[in-house]
Amino acid sequence: MSERHFRAQHYFLHTVVFLVLLVTSACRSTESITTDSAIKPSADTTADLEALYWARKDSARTLFTDADVEFMTGMIGHHAQALIMAGLAPTHGANTQIQTLCARIINAQQDEIATMQQWLRSRGQPVPEVQITGTTLIVHGAGEHVTRMPGMLTEKQIHELDDSQGADFDRLFLTYMIQHHRGATVMVDELFSKDGAGQDELAFKLASDINVDQITEIARMERMLRILSGKSPDH
Amino acid sequence: MKATAPNYRPATRSGINYFWSFLFVVGLLGVSACAPKPVITTTSTPAQPEATYTTTAPSPDPRVGLGAGLFDAEEAAWNIRLLSSTPPTEAFVGVTNSDLAFTGKYAIQGNYNGIQVFDISNPSNPSLVTEYVCPASQSDVSVYGNLMFVSGEGLGGRLDCGTEGVKEAVSHDRLRGIRIFNIDDIKNPVYISNVQTCRGSHTHSVLKDPNDDENVYIYVSGSAPVRPEDELAGCSDASPDEDPNSALFRIEVIKVPLDHPEQAAIVSSPRIFDDLVAPPTHGQSPADIAEMEAARASGAFIVKLGGQERILPARFVTPMLNSFMEERGEGEATAADTLAFREALPGIIAERFGINVDDDENEEEDAGPPPGPTQCHDITLYPEIGLAGGACGGYGMLLDISDPEHPTRMDAVADSNFSYWHSATFSNDGTKILFTDEWGGGGQPKCRATDPKEWGANAFFSIESGKMEFKSYYKLPAAQTSVENCVAHNGSLIPIPGREVMVQSWYQGGISVFDWTDLENPIEIAYHDRGPVNADEMGNGGSWSVYWYNGVIVSSEIARGLDVFELLPSGFISENEIAAANTVKLDYLNTQGQQKYVWPTTFVLARAYVDQLERSKGLSASRIASTRQELTNAENASGRARRNVLTTLSAELIDAAAGDEAAKVHMLAGVVRDLASGTP
Repeated sequence: MSERHFRAQHYFLHTVVFLVLLVTSACRSTESITTDSAIKPSADTTADLEALYWARKDSARTLFTDADVEFMTGMIGHHAQALIMAGLAPTHGANTQIQTLCARIINAQQDEIATMQQWLRSRGQPVPEVQITGTTLIVHGAGEHVTRMPGMLTEKQIHELDDSQGADFDRLFLTYMIQHHRGATVMVDELFSKDGAGQDELAFKLASDINVDQITEIARMERMLRILSGKSPDH
Repeated sequence: MKATAPNYRPATRSGINYFWSFLFVVGLLGVSACAPKPVITTTSTPAQPEATYTTTAPSPDPRVGLGAGLFDAEEAAWNIRLLSSTPPTEAFVGVTNSDLAFTGKYAIQGNYNGIQVFDISNPSNPSLVTEYVCPASQSDVSVYGNLMFVSGEGLGGRLDCGTEGVKEAVSHDRLRGIRIFNIDDIKNPVYISNVQTCRGSHTHSVLKDPNDDENVYIYVSGSAPVRPEDELAGCSDASPDEDPNSALFRIEVIKVPLDHPEQAAIVSSPRIFDDLVAPPTHGQSPADIAEMEAARASGAFIVKLGGQERILPARFVTPMLNSFMEERGEGEATAADTLAFREALPGIIAERFGINVDDDENEEEDAGPPPGPTQCHDITLYPEIGLAGGACGGYGMLLDISDPEHPTRMDAVADSNFSYWHSATFSNDGTKILFTDEWGGGGQPKCRATDPKEWGANAFFSIESGKMEFKSYYKLPAAQTSVENCVAHNGSLIPIPGREVMVQSWYQGGISVFDWTDLENPIEIAYHDRGPVNADEMGNGGSWSVYWYNGVIVSSEIARGLDVFELLPSGFISENEIAAANTVKLDYLNTQGQQKYVWPTTFVLARAYVDQLERSKGLSASRIASTRQELTNAENASGRARRNVLTTLSAELIDAAAGDEAAKVHMLAGVVRDLASGTP
């Protein structure tokens, strides 16, 4: 497997771009503003409104807790391990359905890693970088967050998966990915049980989406596993 | 219940500081280089004679590569015109705009900070009627009579509408559920009650049972985790095996007595997901398979991604082949090189896109459908046909809602290409249904050139004897960037008579109008798109929802406000068809409660059918010409003379009805007959 990096952009560069955007947007005409005279906002022009837009986006980025940061940081490593697991499918004789499932998991979780990195970056927090070499995962800048995450496979389990092929791989993959996904839902529950956490709009949305997507996928994988074991797909 | 509308105040001091420093920067530097950005418009001019209208989309697609900006992004439009774009007020700008509802001449726009009401009777210049600050995500909104319902799901929603949020994980100040307002005076909504639910209300649907004029019902869909029992008694997230009262695997039905809306309460929690039997799955549609065979025959490069074969576009093949040749140190590609390239292709794709390529040709049976959901995302209620379409986790469901308190499941479909079933839209006659897949939850860029066209798309099904049968997919055909959140989202039918035409939001992919009359061959017929909100990183923006309402198309733009459009005549839709659509008048609209479109009997309705029959060659050219002439003659006549012309024409049309379009000719003849009998 090739090495994949998710690099952090420099925060300074981001700030510069932000200012340049603001300046160019000051050129907007004011025609399209519609207000009622009874509710007279102080923002008289689109430029003022746009400045308020970015200022509010910026101030919204201050509404987070340590628990949100821990969640994002930990979930990046958690997702990265899912990429390793799913990345084994093509070389380990996985069946077509598991190939499809893995392609989706990779697409979805790569994007979510980028979202979480952006969330941390734009809040001035350390951004974990993920480095995957074969089945080895190195997460730079995540402290001790990665190995402790619920549901993550042990090194032994990863090797066991890597050593399997065909139907054995399919069964092990589903078993371990169900374990892995369940861990993610535990992380979401833990986040929401902490005072002040999940108030940030993006954090709430991301955590809720991860929760609902992975619950849906767990159910899908349980059914696949029952079929693989020669049982009825239903209870 | 106390309900005030406090003024918005920035949440932190640092926000205020930033605001002023930005204004300073803008003031200092913003005066230079104020050249307007180009607006790319490829719209047909309405003044043109119809004969010149084309059905060929602009190429290359002008939506690709549009410049970024908040209020000044580049735009591309085809067969649709933006009439007005009204930014949010100061209290709402920078906070997510969500869903729309309509009543009378008003559009109500939800926002995570509350609601805004606009008078859209002048669509070129909507005016703000009121703004009501009462934070809660998603603030999806519905109306019925003098009542307005608003969804609350996020953790910061307060019973008292305060803007300070709720910091505690367990709090009795928190609102997650449905807020109910009286809007007798729409300028002054009065917050009268709320109904708390265990998972909050992500969205909701209002059901007006045709047989019950005393109540309305609200079906609540919530997808967030279950609230702690200490916060709301009786909430349990145990599996239903362990706790029969689990909030999982059920929907909530709220009954609202219209005379006493303050007594609204949950009346049932139907477990429509119990005992799911394995529904059929499917792979590629027949049209896709035929396309693949044709491509294979013509020597196209085909790779297998995610268990499905895909044609590799030329824009990917050429650079890959070039660098492949470079690595081999050779010049012009020979047949042998091409063969070697073909074999190396799966590896190249995997390396370049990080996507797994299936190298086995192992065509096993599908491992079965995705199993049971724990909740629905959205339920579209269509009481006039007694059906609902539930988009529920890994399933699309058909529900019987003839007993509103006890909906029952008729059918369920799964789809290996669908990740998360989001919402449903029925055809006007209820024989077809469309489901959307909100892959990635709407916050992710799922319309890139490398994202499969079956993922994050619409799926079309026919409904026969209460069973759904898959026909095809439709996804926004214009590739978007990785900084634009894009996936199938909310939309509604446009009442073009005799056809299924729909307008739909794709977040930052813009809005797309498409025709799905032929379920196996949906086709895009109009669009509008802007460049990204932010060129450098993913910013939340684009169209949350877009609905047709009384002649205009209204879009809730997440970042930019309220957009109003009109559809333009094109090679796909004639002026008569648009005029006929505009004869349909609704008193109100909640799109999750689909209403049956009824076209009044008019000459323009007859002409719309004539235009369709001309397009489909369902009548001969001479019959089309003579029918148009007779319609003109009749319209110019009155009384008995008009009746005679129309009666004769109707009879002639019935005689001429034949072939595939016979049914439509009969529809036309019926309108002509009704015109005759309606003539005094």
